Amino acid sequence: MTDTLREAYRVMRTIRTFEERVREEFATGEIPGFAHLYAGDEASTTGVCLHLGDRDAIAGTHRGHGHCIAKGVDVKAMMAEIYGRRTGSCHGKGGSMHIADLSKGLLGANGIVGGGPPLICGTALAAKQQNTGGVGVAFFGDGAGNRGTTLEALNLAAVWNLPAIFVAENNGYAEATSSTWSVASDNIADRAAGFGVPGVIVDGFDFFAVHEAAGEAIGRAREGGGPTLIEVRSTRFSVEADGDCLKRFRARVIDSGELSEPDFDDIDAEVAKLIEESVSAAKAAPKPTLKDLETDVYVSY
Amino acid sequence: MARTISYREAITEALAQELARDESVIVMGGDDAWGGVLGVTKGLVPRFPGRVLDTPISESAVVGAAIGAATRGQRPVAELVFIDSMGACFDQIFNQAAKFRYMFGGNARTPVVIRTMYGAGLRAAAQHSQCLYPIFTHIPGLKVVVPSNPYEAKGLLIQSIRDDDPVIFCEHKALYDTRGEVPEDSYTIPFGEANIVRDGGDVTIVAIGRMVAVAGEAAKELATSGIEAEIIDPRTTSPLDAETILDSVGHTGRLVVVDEASPRCNLATDISALVAKEAFAALRAPIEMVAPPHTPVPFSDALEDLYLPDAQKVLNAAKAVVEYQR
Repeated sequence: MTDTLREAYRVMRTIRTFEERVREEFATGEIPGFAHLYAGDEASTTGVCLHLGDRDAIAGTHRGHGHCIAKGVDVKAMMAEIYGRRTGSCHGKGGSMHIADLSKGLLGANGIVGGGPPLICGTALAAKQQNTGGVGVAFFGDGAGNRGTTLEALNLAAVWNLPAIFVAENNGYAEATSSTWSVASDNIADRAAGFGVPGVIVDGFDFFAVHEAAGEAIGRAREGGGPTLIEVRSTRFSVEADGDCLKRFRARVIDSGELSEPDFDDIDAEVAKLIEESVSAAKAAPKPTLKDLETDVYVSY
Repeated sequence: MARTISYREAITEALAQELARDESVIVMGGDDAWGGVLGVTKGLVPRFPGRVLDTPISESAVVGAAIGAATRGQRPVAELVFIDSMGACFDQIFNQAAKFRYMFGGNARTPVVIRTMYGAGLRAAAQHSQCLYPIFTHIPGLKVVVPSNPYEAKGLLIQSIRDDDPVIFCEHKALYDTRGEVPEDSYTIPFGEANIVRDGGDVTIVAIGRMVAVAGEAAKELATSGIEAEIIDPRTTSPLDAETILDSVGHTGRLVVVDEASPRCNLATDISALVAKEAFAALRAPIEMVAPPHTPVPFSDALEDLYLPDAQKVLNAAKAVVEYQR
């Protein structure tokens, strides 16, 4: 159990430190393009992904770095990708919004709001066809919850009884628009009833709540029980406020005596070192060149 | 052994043979449980239990699911009945399937086939008659197939299913009941290799999809006036076999392109630009493009007949280039 707790904290801390560093580096102008940060929602992706393995696939969002880290994508390759380097997970051709590692079951962060849920119906269908017991998890934000793709995917997953989990990360804002205005129902999870699937709401600052709800949904899906919609509630810009999921996790686990302050400090130090190395390596790595421009459009053409 | 079967039967046979050959092949489409709207999946459900899936009318979810499954070891063939409804799932095709391999630095294979019906001629009006293959041809990462007869349809569909890239397979609605000789055995036709349907030395006619047969009618008529047309069926608009087209224009010196797609940025303009740039010295006359006017497809039979390219229009264009004097 303490190993799981250590792993959960290590993943959440890696996401937090990674994102804080990307924020700093982005401000220097050295990182090209866009970068949408996941800091604050660490408990969501970590609580879900700790239940998953290679047979399971996930689709991330615009704010996809956290999903990638939680699904086990190499952090150094991710940082190099964000810097547009040849050593990046996509050799500099994807960038922040398109980090992917299909070998790890990560279908990519996604630059299209609501792009992931239909794809996850497909990975879940493949798992069902191949009888692997695998599940597909689509993460999406409160903005994507209003996209037809998400609602179509929920319906198809229910109709085909797919092992698919839909995780709505409701942080209160789609870009700058409040979900209390843009989401017509009181809760995103209420929409599950319209598709005849279970819908639950969990506290996104509480790793244990997410972990438990996800475990139940994933277990049911693996056994042929079909899809679930989980709404993970958090608040954007909350990292310094009371709602910090890392602080809460740490306090609870120290309180229970399962891990001690030095255990956490050790992980913090390891992660800080990893992120520092990732940034130095990324900055030193070569950029792609003309010979990379036209490769990898097709398998064959 | 070859027999005479319809374009529809050729497509069904290709699906059935691939379903039997490769367990990773799955088929999905609206009304598949009773044979599909196009009647193409008739009889497949009981033969391949659990692998021919009925779907709701949910283009994004269905096409997205086909794409997602393709990244996880399946070879899905999704049927999206009318190409006109593609707008409902452009995102999944353009932003997901087409871009995975490049965006992910070469670490993706998405062997998905999207079969769809296009074209005018059945009085189906503006929202059920378009030729949208140029839109897909425009997108890097997609392959686009436009089979012109039953033989082509079977061989190209089997190739599409075995291909490791996303393929948009465009079936002309007026071709389903046309018949032709098709071998019973499985075979493939490679992409990017045009078919020289008819040899001729006076004018090159490049025609797409159903227009290949229209060009054939025109060529017969032209022959009676002593004009021998060489007809080229590109088979795939992406990849495009530029070499065969340029070689042909190299010896005929004259080009007519026949395309049923709307005239701006269609295959006729694309191929004309290619030839104008690469074979300018060989041209003995301006290039002629035979395409519909820049209007939606009209409903009334009187108007639709005027709208569509036909043998007479191709004949006039061919004569114009052959008779051209500087």
